[in-house]
Amino acid sequence: MNAQLILALAITASQLILGFAMACATWRVIVGPRAQDRVLGLDTLYVNSMLLLITFGIQTGRTLYFEAALVIGMLGFTGTVALAKFLMRGEVIE
Amino acid sequence: MTPQHLLLLIVALPFLGSFAAAFLPTRARTQATLLAGLIAVVGAVGIGSLYPAVSQGQILLSVTPWLPSLDLNLTFRLSGVSWLFAMLVLVMGALVILYARYYMSDEDPVPRFFSFLLAFMGSMLGVVLSGNLIQIAFFWEVTSLFSFLLIGYWHHNQSARDGARMALMVTGAGGICLMLGFILLGQMAGGFSLDTVLASKDAIHSSPYYPLALALILIGCFTKSAQFPFHFWLPHAMAAPTPVSAYLHSATMVKAGVFILILLWPVLSGTDLWYFAVAPIGAITLLIGAWVAIFQQDLKGLLAYSTISHLGLIVLLLGLGSPLAAVAAIFHTVNHATFKASLFMAAGIIDHETGTRDIRKLGGLWNYMPITATLAMVAAAAMAGVPLLNGFLSKEMFLAEVLEDHSGTLIDAVLPWLATIASAFAVLYSIRFIHQVFFVAPPEPLPRTPHEPPPWMRRPIEILVLACLLIGIFPAATIGPFLASAVRDTLGDQAPAYSLAVWHGFNRPLFLSLTALAGGLILYILFGGRLNAAKASPVVGRLKARRTFEAVVERGIAIAGWLHALAGTRRLQPQLRVLMIFALAAAALPFLFLGYSVGSERWTGVDPVFALLWLIGGSCALAAAWTAKFHRLAALILVGAAGLATCISFVWLSAPDLALTQLLVEIVTTVLLLLGLRWLPKRQPDIWPETRMPVQVLARRGGDLAIAIIAGLGMALISYAVMTRPVTDSIADFFTRNAYAEGGGTNIVNVILVDFRAFDTLGEITVLAIVAITVFSLLRRFRPASDSIETPEQQRVQADFDRRHADREVGDTVTDALMVPRLIMQWMFPVIITFALYLLLRGHDLPGGGFAAGIAMSIGILLQYMAMGTREVEDRLMVLPINWIGIGMLAAALTGAGAWLFGYPLLTTFFRYLDVPLIGEVPAASALLFDLGVFAVVVGSTVLVLIALAHQSIRTPRAARPAEPKAGEEQG
Repeated sequence: MNAQLILALAITASQLILGFAMACATWRVIVGPRAQDRVLGLDTLYVNSMLLLITFGIQTGRTLYFEAALVIGMLGFTGTVALAKFLMRGEVIE
Repeated sequence: MTPQHLLLLIVALPFLGSFAAAFLPTRARTQATLLAGLIAVVGAVGIGSLYPAVSQGQILLSVTPWLPSLDLNLTFRLSGVSWLFAMLVLVMGALVILYARYYMSDEDPVPRFFSFLLAFMGSMLGVVLSGNLIQIAFFWEVTSLFSFLLIGYWHHNQSARDGARMALMVTGAGGICLMLGFILLGQMAGGFSLDTVLASKDAIHSSPYYPLALALILIGCFTKSAQFPFHFWLPHAMAAPTPVSAYLHSATMVKAGVFILILLWPVLSGTDLWYFAVAPIGAITLLIGAWVAIFQQDLKGLLAYSTISHLGLIVLLLGLGSPLAAVAAIFHTVNHATFKASLFMAAGIIDHETGTRDIRKLGGLWNYMPITATLAMVAAAAMAGVPLLNGFLSKEMFLAEVLEDHSGTLIDAVLPWLATIASAFAVLYSIRFIHQVFFVAPPEPLPRTPHEPPPWMRRPIEILVLACLLIGIFPAATIGPFLASAVRDTLGDQAPAYSLAVWHGFNRPLFLSLTALAGGLILYILFGGRLNAAKASPVVGRLKARRTFEAVVERGIAIAGWLHALAGTRRLQPQLRVLMIFALAAAALPFLFLGYSVGSERWTGVDPVFALLWLIGGSCALAAAWTAKFHRLAALILVGAAGLATCISFVWLSAPDLALTQLLVEIVTTVLLLLGLRWLPKRQPDIWPETRMPVQVLARRGGDLAIAIIAGLGMALISYAVMTRPVTDSIADFFTRNAYAEGGGTNIVNVILVDFRAFDTLGEITVLAIVAITVFSLLRRFRPASDSIETPEQQRVQADFDRRHADREVGDTVTDALMVPRLIMQWMFPVIITFALYLLLRGHDLPGGGFAAGIAMSIGILLQYMAMGTREVEDRLMVLPINWIGIGMLAAALTGAGAWLFGYPLLTTFFRYLDVPLIGEVPAASALLFDLGVFAVVVGSTVLVLIALAHQSIRTPRAARPAEPKAGEEQG
């Protein structure tokens, strides 16, 4: 068992686990029951996809994909904030 | 200056002048007159200076290439005929401008009048000087448009508006026919250039499309030149200011149809069809016009019908098809312009001085304005065809021609009689005009005591009347050479020998002429007194052309309304359904005929993670569709999740650039939709809460579902068929090969956007800017639905909570809740700006670019708005989205245009490596500047739309403000 194989296995495993996590989050997004659950589900989806992209970057060995992860990390919360504010105040920008 | 440039300049000058006149102050009457007059005189001198070349039979061409491959160039062509007409347009223009200076009142916005008049003059010059059929048709339409504006100049007047509309509809419809006819003609001749067309007479005559093309061209010419049965618009156009009537409706525009007939006479005439289509129409118009003119009570109406009659005369001459008749037609066109324009001007003076144009009310003006009366009498005599005046000469030629045999049919026998009768009518209405207006004592005192007009107002008439006399007495010395060059140009080898002399001896035409003069006089003595009582013209008066026209228009509107009621709907669902069904049918049709087959590529293995991702995305999309009607917010969240899955798919399929951009777009879209969600009307409760859903509703929804499923499956099948085929050589290879070599960037997407397809990008950002500004201006007028005007429930509850507690201020709840996020969002702002600049700067080589950077930047600004609220942000931060848009557009366009300075085509990219101290070698491309423009436009547009939506919340809705009771009302 060499390093390459370990890495490959680790990445595949983490991708599968992340995929499973995303499936769970999706369940919340679809089923709800409250709007807050859905928003939280979407936020979890964003975080998990960011991680998924990083594993994908490690897998291919290209740093290019980290850019997309960076965007999610830096700006992905905008949607969540907007939704949360909409739920709390009834409008996004007062 | 070469003649070619001069020609171009002469046509361009009136348009430039028109533009300049439009910017003069409303009261700048004299300046506008000077400008317009100067342009007309300069044009006339310019055209005049080209006469030596034209008189030698030269044809001057000025060709500016536009689409040479389609035989479409900006071509101006000066030949003998067009020289004569151009001179007519310019000299008449100069005289009318001088006249209009005194005619127009101080209250009228005179610069606007001259702006229209100059533009009309330019387009008329365009018609007569164009060397290309399509170009003629274009300028032809432009004359119709400016005629519309000029007739409707006094737009506060109902009849002016109606007359303008009628003229536009009739001549505009004719213009379309003319265009179609020209296209056919060009097809037959093998080219649209006038020289090509004029050289292919045989091809045109033998073509099976000749009758159709002839019919269409004739309809165009007859509508413009007011031939029966399209003549009715001309009398209604008399609502225009009199200078317009003198210029457009006697001297120039109505001659445009005649001009085309003369211009194309060499190739279109000479067939039986031409003779039987043109000559009878001309004859009928000649007779009807003269007959109706007798019974007119309005001075301008009389002149209008007389114009119709004279145009009929010219058309009849052209229809006869003999070279001598064509000479007479050209000659009479010039003569008619001189005497009719002067008569219109005299009518305008009379109207101006007495306050009425009604012949019945006028009379005895000889005592008040003898000079004007003399001038009008000479001009009217020319109109009647009295010897020693120009009208007599061309009428003699006309009478000589109708006495000839042309076709050997009944028409030959009838024409001399008809011509004599019409001439007698002309004499009759001319005498009536003079006698009634200047000599008979008026039945009641005139509305105003008239006196001679200012001398300069009379000057144009004096010049024109002098021309009538000079041409009438010394024809060969005055008009002779110009007519000769026009005739030679039109007729070429067929040019006949003709004599321009006053005296040809006692012959049959003279006999007919004298008969007409005597007949007219006798008729006036017998019946003249009774004409004032005429309400309408007998016999022909029953033909209410105007009423027919209005009925046709009404019918057209009714049919359109009926069709709209039948096929139109304001509801989106049926529209979408129809669109989808059509798209489905269009996509399915090729497969029905050619079959469906899958390509040869083998399956790749299934990546479990990717499959799971798509399962997530797909179920979110389905759930979004399911909840869209009943739970908008949930649907929005679900759409966001589906979009995220798409973005990751892009990464998986090796499109990092696309993924990056799409992620940013997803984020901004979510916020945009949320902002809109606030203002959507409240959802209707379910319509069938208890009862069962009706069958037709079930069927409709089932049908929609079926359409959706079929469309989705179809897309999948097409994609599958495409993706299983091997990749062939495509344009993508070109870009991969050349992106670095030609564009200097390694990010192919970005190089395509800012270099290879930069012109498209420029168009796209322009559209983006326009859309943003449109949304912004629409939202300024936006009135929300009544149920969403109120402050949202959450805010009311929280405000109540704050109010109930003594230690809290209203707004504390939201401040407390946002304490931490607000800090983060504020601190993130510089980071996001840096990130946006990073995306922008490296975009040429790595994922990023102006668009992505612009979206990132606007997300940054958006976050500030969410964190602090509109008022607080705008206190501290100057965001001027409109300026961003403007600067961006300028940057992009100027960068593109900058290539011109170095002699390269628009939007050529320049790139090289610069050696910057400390940093080292950096790539620098002009494309970066262009991208900066894209960046600014994207930031500006996105922020503009979002802020416009956000500002809705701080607007005080009008309906919510209680009406203040007025003082005194309370007591009742």
